[in-house]
Amino acid sequence: MDLRSNATLDAQTIKRFGTVVELGEHTPLTLDSGAVLGPFHVAFQSYGELNADRSNVVLVCHALTGDQHISGKHPVTGVKGWWDMIVGPGKPLDTDRFFVICSNVLGGCMGTAGPNQIDLRTGNLYGPDFPVVTIGDMVRAQAMLLDHLGIEKLFCVIGGSMGGMQVLEWASTYPERLFAAVPIACASRHSAQNIAFHEVGRQAIITDPDWKQGNYLQTSTIPRQGLAVARMMAHITYLSEAALGRKFGRNLQDRFALTYGFEADFQVESYLRHQGQSFVERFDANSYLYITKAMDYFDLAADHNGDLASAFSGTTTRFCLISFTSDWLFPTAESREIVHALNAVAANVSFVEIETDTGHDAFLLDVPEFHAALKGFLNGAAAHHGLNN
Amino acid sequence: MMVSEESPREIRLRGDLQLVADLVEPGTRVLDVGCRDGELLHYLEDYKNVDARGVEIDDTSVRKCVSHGLSVIQGDADTDLSDYPSNAFDCVVLTQTLQTVHSPKTVLEELMRIGDRAIVSFPNFGHWRVRCGLIGGGRMPVTKAFMQPWYETANIHVCTFRDFEDLCRTLDIIVRRRIVANHQGQRRILAAIKPLANLFGEIGIFLLEKK
Repeated sequence: MDLRSNATLDAQTIKRFGTVVELGEHTPLTLDSGAVLGPFHVAFQSYGELNADRSNVVLVCHALTGDQHISGKHPVTGVKGWWDMIVGPGKPLDTDRFFVICSNVLGGCMGTAGPNQIDLRTGNLYGPDFPVVTIGDMVRAQAMLLDHLGIEKLFCVIGGSMGGMQVLEWASTYPERLFAAVPIACASRHSAQNIAFHEVGRQAIITDPDWKQGNYLQTSTIPRQGLAVARMMAHITYLSEAALGRKFGRNLQDRFALTYGFEADFQVESYLRHQGQSFVERFDANSYLYITKAMDYFDLAADHNGDLASAFSGTTTRFCLISFTSDWLFPTAESREIVHALNAVAANVSFVEIETDTGHDAFLLDVPEFHAALKGFLNGAAAHHGLNN
Repeated sequence: MMVSEESPREIRLRGDLQLVADLVEPGTRVLDVGCRDGELLHYLEDYKNVDARGVEIDDTSVRKCVSHGLSVIQGDADTDLSDYPSNAFDCVVLTQTLQTVHSPKTVLEELMRIGDRAIVSFPNFGHWRVRCGLIGGGRMPVTKAFMQPWYETANIHVCTFRDFEDLCRTLDIIVRRRIVANHQGQRRILAAIKPLANLFGEIGIFLLEKK
Protein backbone atom coordinates (compact mmCIF):
# COMPACT_ATOMS: atom_id res chain seq x y z
CA MET A 1 0.00 0.00 0.00
CA ASP A 2 1.38 3.38 -0.97
CA LEU A 3 0.36 5.77 1.78
CA ARG A 4 1.97 8.67 0.02
CA SER A 5 -0.43 8.99 -2.88
CA ASN A 6 -1.68 12.55 -2.96
CA ALA A 7 -3.20 12.62 -6.40
CA THR A 8 -5.14 15.87 -6.06
CA LEU A 9 -2.58 17.94 -4.18
CA ASP A 10 0.13 20.20 -5.54
CA ALA A 11 3.78 19.68 -4.65
CA GLN A 12 3.94 22.59 -2.22
CA THR A 13 0.98 21.35 -0.20
CA ILE A 14 2.47 17.87 -0.03
CA LYS A 15 5.73 19.31 1.24
CA ARG A 16 3.95 21.41 3.84
CA PHE A 17 1.34 18.94 5.08
CA GLY A 18 2.66 15.49 4.14
CA THR A 19 -0.17 13.22 3.04
CA VAL A 20 -3.70 14.61 3.11
CA VAL A 21 -6.77 12.36 2.97
CA GLU A 22 -10.43 13.22 2.81
CA LEU A 23 -12.55 11.46 5.45
CA GLY A 24 -16.16 11.36 6.56
CA GLU A 25 -17.80 11.95 3.22
CA HIS A 26 -20.30 9.12 3.62
CA THR A 27 -20.14 8.68 7.38
CA PRO A 28 -19.44 12.07 8.92
CA LEU A 29 -17.90 12.50 12.35
CA THR A 30 -20.37 13.55 15.05
CA LEU A 31 -18.45 15.71 17.49
CA ASP A 32 -18.94 15.79 21.27
CA SER A 33 -20.58 19.19 20.82
CA GLY A 34 -23.23 17.59 18.60
CA ALA A 35 -21.92 19.30 15.48
CA VAL A 36 -21.31 17.10 12.45
CA LEU A 37 -18.06 17.21 10.50
CA GLY A 38 -17.63 15.74 7.03
CA PRO A 39 -16.16 15.54 4.61
CA PHE A 40 -12.94 16.81 6.17
CA HIS A 41 -9.19 16.60 5.63
CA VAL A 42 -6.66 14.89 7.84
CA ALA A 43 -2.97 15.52 7.15
CA PHE A 44 -0.34 13.08 8.34
CA GLN A 45 3.28 12.00 8.03
CA SER A 46 4.68 8.50 8.23
CA TYR A 47 8.15 7.14 8.90
CA GLY A 48 9.53 3.62 8.41
CA GLU A 49 7.84 0.76 6.60
CA LEU A 50 4.58 -1.02 7.29
CA ASN A 51 5.33 -4.75 7.75
CA ALA A 52 3.44 -7.53 5.95
CA ASP A 53 0.95 -8.29 8.72
CA ARG A 54 0.58 -4.59 9.64
CA SER A 55 1.56 -5.30 13.23
CA ASN A 56 4.28 -2.66 13.63
CA VAL A 57 2.25 0.55 13.57
CA VAL A 58 2.98 3.23 16.16
CA LEU A 59 0.68 6.25 16.34
CA VAL A 60 2.37 9.34 17.73
CA CYS A 61 0.00 11.99 19.12
CA HIS A 62 1.35 15.53 19.09
CA ALA A 63 0.99 18.20 21.75
CA LEU A 64 -0.76 21.60 21.67
CA THR A 65 1.61 23.39 19.32
CA GLY A 66 3.19 20.35 17.68
CA ASP A 67 2.26 18.86 14.35
CA GLN A 68 2.72 15.78 12.17
CA HIS A 69 6.35 16.55 11.29
CA ILE A 70 8.02 14.67 14.13
CA SER A 71 11.33 13.72 12.55
CA GLY A 72 13.66 15.25 9.99
CA LYS A 73 13.58 18.85 8.78
CA HIS A 74 10.32 20.72 9.37
CA PRO A 75 8.93 22.13 6.06
CA VAL A 76 7.88 25.46 7.61
CA THR A 77 10.44 26.23 10.30
CA GLY A 78 13.41 24.45 8.72
CA VAL A 79 14.47 23.08 12.11
CA LYS A 80 14.35 19.42 13.20
CA GLY A 81 10.94 17.90 13.99
CA TRP A 82 9.77 18.06 17.61
CA TRP A 83 10.61 14.40 18.32
CA ASP A 84 13.60 13.96 16.05
CA MET A 85 15.52 12.70 19.09
CA ILE A 86 12.98 9.91 19.67
CA VAL A 87 11.88 8.89 16.18
CA GLY A 88 14.32 7.59 13.58
CA PRO A 89 16.59 4.66 12.72
CA GLY A 90 18.14 3.22 15.89
CA LYS A 91 16.31 5.72 18.10
CA PRO A 92 13.87 4.71 20.88
CA LEU A 93 11.02 4.71 18.33
CA ASP A 94 13.14 2.84 15.82
CA THR A 95 11.88 3.44 12.27
CA ASP A 96 13.93 0.44 11.06
CA ARG A 97 11.47 -1.58 13.07
CA PHE A 98 8.27 0.40 13.51
CA PHE A 99 5.96 2.15 11.08
CA VAL A 100 5.33 5.51 12.72
CA ILE A 101 2.32 7.67 11.87
CA CYS A 102 1.54 11.13 13.19
CA SER A 103 -1.48 13.13 12.07
CA ASN A 104 -2.23 16.79 12.64
CA VAL A 105 -5.02 17.03 15.23
CA LEU A 106 -8.52 18.17 14.47
CA GLY A 107 -8.58 21.94 15.02
CA GLY A 108 -4.89 22.17 14.11
CA CYS A 109 -3.36 24.41 11.47
CA MET A 110 -1.18 22.04 9.43
CA GLY A 111 -3.59 20.57 6.92
CA THR A 112 -6.19 18.78 9.07
CA ALA A 113 -9.62 20.39 9.34
CA GLY A 114 -9.34 23.44 11.56
CA PRO A 115 -10.19 27.13 11.64
CA ASN A 116 -7.55 28.10 9.06
CA GLN A 117 -8.71 25.44 6.59
CA ILE A 118 -11.37 25.38 3.89
CA ASP A 119 -14.75 23.86 4.71
CA LEU A 120 -14.98 21.21 1.97
CA ARG A 121 -18.77 21.55 1.84
CA THR A 122 -18.88 25.31 1.21
CA GLY A 123 -15.45 26.11 -0.15
CA ASN A 124 -15.10 28.90 2.41
CA LEU A 125 -12.58 29.31 5.21
CA TYR A 126 -13.87 27.85 8.47
CA GLY A 127 -12.54 30.65 10.64
CA PRO A 128 -14.53 30.97 13.89
CA ASP A 129 -17.34 28.86 12.38
CA PHE A 130 -15.24 25.76 12.89
CA PRO A 131 -16.99 23.68 15.57
CA VAL A 132 -15.38 23.33 18.99
CA VAL A 133 -13.58 19.98 19.20
CA THR A 134 -12.49 17.77 22.09
CA ILE A 135 -9.65 15.31 22.71
CA GLY A 136 -12.23 12.57 22.07
CA ASP A 137 -13.05 14.08 18.68
CA MET A 138 -9.35 14.25 17.78
CA VAL A 139 -8.95 10.57 18.62
CA ARG A 140 -12.04 9.52 16.68
CA ALA A 141 -10.68 11.39 13.65
CA GLN A 142 -7.37 9.50 14.05
CA ALA A 143 -9.29 6.22 14.21
CA MET A 144 -11.08 7.18 10.97
CA LEU A 145 -7.70 7.85 9.37
CA LEU A 146 -6.45 4.41 10.39
CA ASP A 147 -9.63 2.80 9.07
CA HIS A 148 -9.02 4.63 5.81
CA LEU A 149 -5.46 3.31 5.69
CA GLY A 150 -6.64 -0.23 6.43
CA ILE A 151 -4.81 -0.36 9.75
CA GLU A 152 -6.94 -2.22 12.27
CA LYS A 153 -4.54 -2.52 15.20
CA LEU A 154 -1.79 -0.39 16.61
CA PHE A 155 1.30 -1.78 18.28
CA CYS A 156 1.53 1.40 20.32
CA VAL A 157 0.00 4.84 20.81
CA ILE A 158 2.37 7.36 22.34
CA GLY A 159 2.45 11.06 23.12
CA GLY A 160 3.37 13.74 25.65
CA SER A 161 1.29 16.48 27.23
CA MET A 162 -1.87 16.86 25.11
CA GLY A 163 -0.51 13.90 23.13
CA GLY A 164 -0.66 11.91 26.37
CA MET A 165 -4.29 12.91 26.82
CA GLN A 166 -5.00 11.47 23.38
CA VAL A 167 -3.19 8.27 24.36
CA LEU A 168 -5.43 7.92 27.43
CA GLU A 169 -8.51 8.58 25.30
CA TRP A 170 -7.33 5.94 22.81
CA ALA A 171 -6.79 3.40 25.59
CA SER A 172 -10.23 4.09 26.97
CA THR A 173 -12.20 4.27 23.70
CA TYR A 174 -10.42 1.68 21.55
CA PRO A 175 -8.78 -0.76 24.01
CA GLU A 176 -9.08 -3.61 21.51
CA ARG A 177 -7.14 -1.67 18.89
CA LEU A 178 -3.91 -1.08 20.84
CA PHE A 179 -1.30 -3.36 22.30
CA ALA A 180 0.66 -0.72 24.20
CA ALA A 181 0.07 2.85 25.36
CA VAL A 182 2.62 5.42 26.51
CA PRO A 183 1.11 8.57 28.03
CA ILE A 184 3.93 10.96 28.95
CA ALA A 185 3.82 14.07 31.18
CA CYS A 186 0.03 14.29 31.13
CA ALA A 187 -3.10 14.01 33.25
CA SER A 188 -6.52 12.41 33.02
CA ARG A 189 -8.05 15.88 33.32
CA HIS A 190 -6.86 19.43 32.91
CA SER A 191 -6.38 21.10 36.29
CA ALA A 192 -7.99 24.40 37.30
CA GLN A 193 -4.56 26.05 37.24
CA ASN A 194 -3.90 24.82 33.70
CA ILE A 195 -7.33 26.00 32.53
CA ALA A 196 -6.50 29.35 34.12
CA PHE A 197 -3.25 29.66 32.17
CA HIS A 198 -5.02 28.75 28.95
CA GLU A 199 -7.72 31.34 29.58
CA VAL A 200 -5.13 34.10 29.96
CA GLY A 201 -3.63 33.03 26.62
CA ARG A 202 -7.00 33.00 24.93
CA GLN A 203 -7.90 36.43 26.32
CA ALA A 204 -4.61 37.82 24.99
CA ILE A 205 -5.63 36.66 21.50
CA ILE A 206 -9.31 37.60 21.68
CA THR A 207 -8.63 41.11 23.00
CA ASP A 208 -6.08 41.81 20.24
CA PRO A 209 -7.95 44.19 17.83
CA ASP A 210 -6.47 42.25 14.91
CA TRP A 211 -8.35 39.11 15.97
CA LYS A 212 -11.55 40.59 14.46
CA GLN A 213 -13.92 38.07 16.04
CA GLY A 214 -11.79 35.36 14.51
CA ASN A 215 -12.21 36.58 10.92
CA TYR A 216 -8.68 37.93 10.52
CA LEU A 217 -7.57 35.66 7.68
CA GLN A 218 -10.02 37.26 5.24
CA THR A 219 -8.34 40.61 5.79
CA SER A 220 -4.84 39.15 5.72
CA THR A 221 -4.04 40.26 9.23
CA ILE A 222 -3.18 38.14 12.24
CA PRO A 223 -3.47 38.94 15.96
CA ARG A 224 0.31 38.90 16.31
CA GLN A 225 0.61 40.54 19.69
CA GLY A 226 -2.13 38.49 21.30
CA LEU A 227 -0.77 35.18 20.02
CA ALA A 228 2.80 36.13 20.95
CA VAL A 229 1.81 37.04 24.51
CA ALA A 230 -0.16 33.81 24.83
CA ARG A 231 2.91 31.86 23.73
CA MET A 232 5.26 33.80 26.02
CA MET A 233 3.16 33.04 29.06
CA ALA A 234 2.57 29.41 28.11
CA HIS A 235 6.28 28.94 27.47
CA ILE A 236 7.06 29.81 31.10
CA THR A 237 4.78 26.97 32.21
CA TYR A 238 6.74 24.51 30.06
CA LEU A 239 10.00 25.28 31.86
CA SER A 240 10.96 25.41 35.51
CA GLU A 241 12.41 27.96 37.87
CA ALA A 242 15.63 25.94 37.98
CA ALA A 243 15.87 25.70 34.17
CA LEU A 244 15.26 29.42 33.69
CA GLY A 245 17.82 30.19 36.38
CA ARG A 246 20.39 27.87 34.85
CA LYS A 247 19.81 29.14 31.32
CA PHE A 248 19.48 32.88 31.91
CA GLY A 249 19.83 33.77 35.57
CA ARG A 250 19.63 37.55 35.84
CA ASN A 251 21.98 37.98 32.89
CA LEU A 252 21.52 41.13 30.83
CA GLN A 253 20.82 41.05 27.10
CA ASP A 254 23.41 42.80 24.88
CA ARG A 255 24.17 45.43 27.52
CA PHE A 256 26.31 46.00 30.57
CA ALA A 257 23.88 48.04 32.66
CA LEU A 258 20.15 48.35 33.32
CA THR A 259 18.39 50.80 30.99
CA TYR A 260 15.77 51.99 33.47
CA GLY A 261 13.14 51.53 30.77
CA PHE A 262 10.90 48.83 29.36
CA GLU A 263 13.25 47.31 26.85
CA ALA A 264 14.27 43.69 27.27
CA ASP A 265 17.06 44.27 29.76
CA PHE A 266 17.24 40.65 30.82
CA GLN A 267 18.09 37.68 28.64
CA VAL A 268 14.97 35.90 29.81
CA GLU A 269 12.80 38.76 28.52
CA SER A 270 14.53 38.73 25.17
CA TYR A 271 14.21 34.96 24.98
CA LEU A 272 10.47 35.03 25.65
CA ARG A 273 9.92 37.81 23.11
CA HIS A 274 11.74 35.72 20.53
CA GLN A 275 9.65 32.66 21.43
CA GLY A 276 6.46 34.71 21.03
CA GLN A 277 7.45 36.25 17.69
CA SER A 278 8.67 33.03 16.08
CA PHE A 279 5.54 31.20 17.21
CA VAL A 280 3.34 33.71 15.36
CA GLU A 281 5.10 32.79 12.13
CA ARG A 282 4.15 29.14 12.36
CA PHE A 283 0.90 28.86 14.30
CA ASP A 284 -2.66 30.01 13.76
CA ALA A 285 -4.28 32.08 16.53
CA ASN A 286 -7.71 30.50 16.13
CA SER A 287 -6.18 27.02 16.24
CA TYR A 288 -4.60 28.02 19.52
CA LEU A 289 -8.03 28.93 20.89
CA TYR A 290 -9.63 25.67 19.72
CA ILE A 291 -6.90 23.33 20.88
CA THR A 292 -6.46 24.93 24.32
CA LYS A 293 -10.22 24.59 24.77
CA ALA A 294 -10.07 20.91 23.82
CA MET A 295 -7.43 20.35 26.51
CA ASP A 296 -9.48 22.26 29.09
CA TYR A 297 -12.53 20.10 28.36
CA PHE A 298 -10.56 16.87 28.85
CA ASP A 299 -11.74 14.93 31.90
CA LEU A 300 -11.64 11.20 31.35
CA ALA A 301 -13.15 10.30 34.74
CA ALA A 302 -16.11 12.65 34.17
CA ASP A 303 -16.90 10.66 31.03
CA HIS A 304 -17.15 7.55 33.22
CA ASN A 305 -19.34 8.71 36.11
CA GLY A 306 -16.40 10.17 37.97
CA ASP A 307 -14.57 6.85 38.21
CA LEU A 308 -11.27 6.95 36.32
CA ALA A 309 -10.64 3.22 36.79
CA SER A 310 -13.80 2.32 34.90
CA ALA A 311 -12.41 4.20 31.88
CA PHE A 312 -9.92 1.32 31.64
CA SER A 313 -11.94 -1.66 32.89
CA GLY A 314 -11.04 -4.93 31.19
CA THR A 315 -8.05 -3.42 29.39
CA THR A 316 -5.34 -5.75 28.13
CA THR A 317 -3.13 -2.90 26.91
CA ARG A 318 0.41 -2.63 28.29
CA PHE A 319 0.85 0.87 29.72
CA CYS A 320 3.97 2.87 30.44
CA LEU A 321 3.52 6.20 32.20
CA ILE A 322 6.39 8.62 32.42
CA SER A 323 6.53 11.86 34.39
CA PHE A 324 9.27 14.38 35.21
CA THR A 325 10.24 15.66 38.65
CA SER A 326 10.32 19.36 37.73
CA ASP A 327 7.12 19.34 35.63
CA TRP A 328 4.72 21.61 37.50
CA LEU A 329 2.22 21.83 34.63
CA PHE A 330 1.51 18.09 34.71
CA PRO A 331 3.06 17.05 38.01
CA THR A 332 3.92 13.44 38.84
CA ALA A 333 0.92 13.22 41.19
CA GLU A 334 -1.37 13.39 38.16
CA SER A 335 0.41 10.50 36.44
CA ARG A 336 0.30 8.59 39.70
CA GLU A 337 -3.46 9.07 39.81
CA ILE A 338 -3.69 7.34 36.43
CA VAL A 339 -1.41 4.54 37.70
CA HIS A 340 -3.72 4.04 40.71
CA ALA A 341 -6.72 3.79 38.37
CA LEU A 342 -4.90 1.28 36.16
CA ASN A 343 -3.88 -0.77 39.20
CA ALA A 344 -7.51 -0.84 40.25
CA VAL A 345 -8.31 -2.79 37.08
CA ALA A 346 -5.12 -4.88 37.41
CA ALA A 347 -3.77 -3.46 34.15
CA ASN A 348 -0.24 -4.18 32.99
CA VAL A 349 1.45 -0.90 33.83
CA SER A 350 4.93 0.53 34.17
CA PHE A 351 5.50 3.91 35.74
CA VAL A 352 8.68 5.92 36.07
CA GLU A 353 9.34 9.43 37.27
CA ILE A 354 12.44 10.85 35.59
CA GLU A 355 14.64 13.25 37.51
CA THR A 356 15.34 16.42 35.53
CA ASP A 357 15.20 20.17 36.14
CA THR A 358 13.94 20.98 32.63
CA GLY A 359 10.23 21.11 33.52
CA HIS A 360 7.32 19.97 31.35
CA ASP A 361 9.38 20.35 28.15
CA ALA A 362 11.57 17.44 29.29
CA PHE A 363 9.63 15.10 27.00
CA LEU A 364 10.97 17.09 24.02
CA LEU A 365 14.55 17.33 25.25
CA ASP A 366 17.66 15.21 25.45
CA VAL A 367 17.00 13.44 28.75
CA PRO A 368 18.93 10.14 28.47
CA GLU A 369 17.14 8.36 31.34
CA PHE A 370 13.78 9.15 29.73
CA HIS A 371 14.96 7.81 26.39
CA ALA A 372 16.38 4.67 28.01
CA ALA A 373 13.13 3.96 29.86
CA LEU A 374 11.11 4.53 26.70
CA LYS A 375 13.36 2.33 24.60
CA GLY A 376 13.30 -0.42 27.23
CA PHE A 377 9.54 -0.39 27.46
CA LEU A 378 9.06 -0.40 23.68
CA ASN A 379 11.57 -3.24 23.21
CA GLY A 380 9.90 -5.29 25.95
CA ALA A 381 6.43 -4.65 24.52
CA ALA A 382 7.64 -5.44 20.99
CA ALA A 383 9.02 -8.78 22.19
CA HIS A 384 5.67 -9.62 23.82
CA HIS A 385 3.92 -8.54 20.62
CA GLY A 386 6.08 -10.91 18.57
CA LEU A 387 7.89 -8.14 16.70
CA ASN A 388 11.42 -9.28 15.97
CA ASN A 389 14.45 -7.08 16.12
CA MET B 1 26.33 -23.14 44.91
CA MET B 2 23.09 -24.78 45.88
CA VAL B 3 22.01 -27.78 43.86
CA SER B 4 18.47 -27.34 42.63
CA GLU B 5 15.92 -30.04 43.31
CA GLU B 6 14.31 -29.19 39.99
CA SER B 7 15.76 -29.50 36.51
CA PRO B 8 19.15 -27.82 36.27
CA ARG B 9 19.13 -24.35 34.67
CA GLU B 10 21.76 -22.17 33.10
CA ILE B 11 20.95 -19.16 35.21
CA ARG B 12 20.56 -19.25 38.97
CA LEU B 13 19.14 -16.45 41.04
CA ARG B 14 20.97 -14.94 43.93
CA GLY B 15 20.22 -15.82 47.54
CA ASP B 16 16.68 -16.65 48.54
CA LEU B 17 15.23 -15.51 45.18
CA GLN B 18 15.81 -18.92 43.59
CA LEU B 19 13.93 -20.60 46.43
CA VAL B 20 11.09 -18.14 45.89
CA ALA B 21 11.14 -18.60 42.12
CA ASP B 22 10.95 -22.38 42.53
CA LEU B 23 7.69 -21.95 44.46
CA VAL B 24 6.03 -20.00 41.65
CA GLU B 25 3.76 -22.00 39.34
CA PRO B 26 4.57 -21.56 35.62
CA GLY B 27 2.21 -19.50 33.46
CA THR B 28 0.62 -17.63 36.38
CA ARG B 29 0.08 -13.93 37.17
CA VAL B 30 2.57 -12.70 39.74
CA LEU B 31 3.03 -9.36 41.51
CA ASP B 32 6.46 -8.81 43.09
CA VAL B 33 6.15 -6.18 45.81
CA GLY B 34 9.54 -4.60 46.45
CA CYS B 35 11.02 -6.05 43.27
CA ARG B 36 14.29 -4.07 43.44
CA ASP B 37 16.17 -4.33 40.10
CA GLY B 38 13.70 -6.88 38.76
CA GLU B 39 15.94 -9.94 38.96
CA LEU B 40 13.12 -12.25 40.03
CA LEU B 41 10.66 -10.75 37.49
CA HIS B 42 13.12 -11.30 34.67
CA TYR B 43 13.65 -14.90 35.70
CA LEU B 44 9.93 -15.59 36.03
CA GLU B 45 9.23 -14.09 32.59
CA ASP B 46 12.09 -15.90 30.89
CA TYR B 47 11.94 -19.32 32.52
CA LYS B 48 8.43 -19.69 33.90
CA ASN B 49 6.33 -17.86 31.31
CA VAL B 50 4.84 -15.78 34.11
CA ASP B 51 2.83 -12.56 33.61
CA ALA B 52 5.14 -10.71 35.97
CA ARG B 53 4.56 -7.23 37.45
CA GLY B 54 6.49 -5.31 40.05
CA VAL B 55 6.20 -2.50 42.57
CA GLU B 56 9.35 -0.80 43.80
CA ILE B 57 9.86 2.23 46.00
CA ASP B 58 13.33 3.19 44.78
CA ASP B 59 13.31 5.41 41.64
CA THR B 60 16.67 4.24 40.32
CA SER B 61 15.63 0.59 40.55
CA VAL B 62 12.30 1.34 38.84
CA ARG B 63 14.07 3.06 35.93
CA LYS B 64 16.39 0.09 35.62
CA CYS B 65 13.43 -2.33 35.53
CA VAL B 66 11.44 -0.36 32.95
CA SER B 67 14.55 0.14 30.82
CA HIS B 68 14.83 -3.65 30.75
CA GLY B 69 11.27 -4.00 29.53
CA LEU B 70 9.73 -5.11 32.84
CA SER B 71 6.27 -3.98 33.96
CA VAL B 72 7.20 -2.14 37.12
CA ILE B 73 5.71 0.89 38.82
CA GLN B 74 7.21 3.23 41.35
CA GLY B 75 5.12 2.73 44.47
CA ASP B 76 5.02 2.08 48.19
CA ALA B 77 3.94 -1.27 49.65
CA ASP B 78 2.50 0.54 52.67
CA THR B 79 0.14 2.76 50.68
CA ASP B 80 -0.29 1.52 47.12
CA LEU B 81 -1.44 -2.09 47.53
CA SER B 82 -4.95 -0.93 48.40
CA ASP B 83 -5.43 0.13 44.75
CA TYR B 84 -5.40 -3.43 43.46
CA PRO B 85 -8.63 -5.39 43.16
CA SER B 86 -9.07 -8.60 45.18
CA ASN B 87 -7.70 -11.83 43.69
CA ALA B 88 -6.03 -9.95 40.82
CA PHE B 89 -2.97 -12.20 40.93
CA ASP B 90 -2.31 -15.89 41.35
CA CYS B 91 0.59 -15.09 43.59
CA VAL B 92 2.01 -12.02 45.31
CA VAL B 93 5.68 -12.08 46.27
CA LEU B 94 7.30 -10.08 49.05
CA THR B 95 11.02 -10.83 49.38
CA GLN B 96 13.09 -9.22 52.12
CA THR B 97 10.63 -6.35 52.35
CA LEU B 98 8.21 -7.21 55.17
CA GLN B 99 10.66 -6.03 57.83
CA THR B 100 11.02 -2.62 56.11
CA VAL B 101 7.35 -1.61 55.86
CA HIS B 102 5.51 0.58 58.35
CA SER B 103 2.60 -1.76 58.81
CA PRO B 104 3.56 -5.41 58.21
CA LYS B 105 0.15 -6.66 59.37
CA THR B 106 -1.74 -4.50 56.87
CA VAL B 107 0.69 -5.35 54.08
CA LEU B 108 0.28 -9.06 54.81
CA GLU B 109 -3.50 -8.72 54.77
CA GLU B 110 -3.29 -6.86 51.45
CA LEU B 111 -1.04 -9.56 49.93
CA MET B 112 -3.60 -12.21 50.80
CA ARG B 113 -6.46 -10.08 49.46
CA ILE B 114 -4.77 -9.31 46.12
CA GLY B 115 -3.34 -12.77 45.51
CA ASP B 116 -4.65 -16.30 45.86
CA ARG B 117 -1.31 -17.14 47.41
CA ALA B 118 1.64 -15.21 48.71
CA ILE B 119 5.32 -15.95 49.07
CA VAL B 120 7.01 -13.99 51.83
CA SER B 121 10.68 -14.08 52.74
CA PHE B 122 12.42 -12.25 55.57
CA PRO B 123 15.48 -12.53 57.83
CA ASN B 124 14.92 -14.32 61.12
CA PHE B 125 15.56 -12.26 64.23
CA GLY B 126 15.48 -15.47 66.25
CA HIS B 127 18.70 -16.82 64.68
CA TRP B 128 21.29 -17.85 67.26
CA ARG B 129 23.82 -15.23 66.12
CA VAL B 130 21.24 -12.50 66.63
CA ARG B 131 20.37 -13.83 70.07
CA CYS B 132 24.07 -14.05 71.00
CA GLY B 133 24.74 -10.54 69.75
CA LEU B 134 22.02 -9.10 71.92
CA ILE B 135 22.48 -11.24 75.02
CA GLY B 136 26.29 -11.61 74.93
CA GLY B 137 27.31 -8.27 73.49
CA GLY B 138 24.38 -6.20 74.75
CA ARG B 139 24.20 -4.52 71.37
CA MET B 140 21.90 -4.67 68.36
CA PRO B 141 23.28 -7.57 66.33
CA VAL B 142 25.00 -7.16 62.99
CA THR B 143 25.01 -10.48 61.09
CA LYS B 144 25.10 -11.72 57.49
CA ALA B 145 21.31 -11.45 57.39
CA PHE B 146 21.15 -8.14 59.28
CA MET B 147 24.07 -6.35 57.71
CA GLN B 148 23.56 -2.70 58.64
CA PRO B 149 24.03 -1.19 62.08
CA TRP B 150 20.84 -0.06 63.88
CA TYR B 151 21.22 3.58 62.80
CA GLU B 152 21.44 2.76 59.09
CA THR B 153 19.18 -0.22 58.63
CA ALA B 154 15.92 -0.03 56.67
CA ASN B 155 14.59 -2.85 58.86
CA ILE B 156 12.05 -1.32 61.20
CA HIS B 157 9.84 -4.32 62.00
CA VAL B 158 12.11 -7.32 62.54
CA CYS B 159 10.55 -10.57 63.74
CA THR B 160 11.33 -14.24 64.30
CA PHE B 161 9.81 -17.16 62.43
CA ARG B 162 7.58 -17.82 65.43
CA ASP B 163 6.40 -14.21 65.56
CA PHE B 164 5.49 -14.38 61.88
CA GLU B 165 3.66 -17.68 62.20
CA ASP B 166 1.70 -16.28 65.17
CA LEU B 167 0.62 -13.33 63.01
CA CYS B 168 -0.41 -15.68 60.20
CA ARG B 169 -2.59 -17.62 62.66
CA THR B 170 -4.18 -14.38 63.87
CA LEU B 171 -4.95 -13.39 60.28
CA ASP B 172 -6.32 -16.84 59.34
CA ILE B 173 -3.47 -17.41 56.91
CA ILE B 174 -2.28 -20.96 56.30
CA VAL B 175 1.47 -21.54 56.04
CA ARG B 176 1.48 -24.08 53.22
CA ARG B 177 5.26 -24.40 53.11
CA ARG B 178 8.22 -23.03 55.03
CA ILE B 179 11.71 -23.17 53.61
CA VAL B 180 14.58 -22.24 55.89
CA ALA B 181 17.95 -21.17 54.54
CA ASN B 182 21.11 -19.32 55.41
CA HIS B 183 21.76 -15.76 54.23
CA GLN B 184 22.95 -17.04 50.84
CA GLY B 185 19.73 -18.92 50.23
CA GLN B 186 21.32 -22.30 50.93
CA ARG B 187 19.35 -24.83 52.90
CA ARG B 188 21.07 -26.04 56.06
CA ILE B 189 20.72 -29.42 57.76
CA LEU B 190 20.20 -28.12 61.30
CA ALA B 191 17.65 -25.54 60.18
CA ALA B 192 15.67 -28.21 58.38
CA ILE B 193 14.88 -29.85 61.69
CA LYS B 194 11.56 -28.26 62.54
CA PRO B 195 12.06 -27.34 66.21
CA LEU B 196 15.50 -25.91 65.46
CA ALA B 197 14.48 -23.73 62.50
CA ASN B 198 13.87 -20.61 64.56
CA LEU B 199 17.35 -20.94 66.04
CA PHE B 200 19.37 -21.98 62.99
CA GLY B 201 17.46 -20.46 60.07
CA GLU B 202 18.72 -17.09 58.86
CA ILE B 203 16.12 -16.55 56.17
CA GLY B 204 12.62 -17.99 55.93
CA ILE B 205 10.55 -18.37 52.78
CA PHE B 206 6.86 -18.87 53.52
CA LEU B 207 4.25 -20.00 51.03
CA LEU B 208 0.95 -18.67 52.32
CA GLU B 209 -2.66 -19.42 51.43
CA LYS B 210 -6.03 -18.15 52.53
CA LYS B 211 -8.00 -20.30 54.95
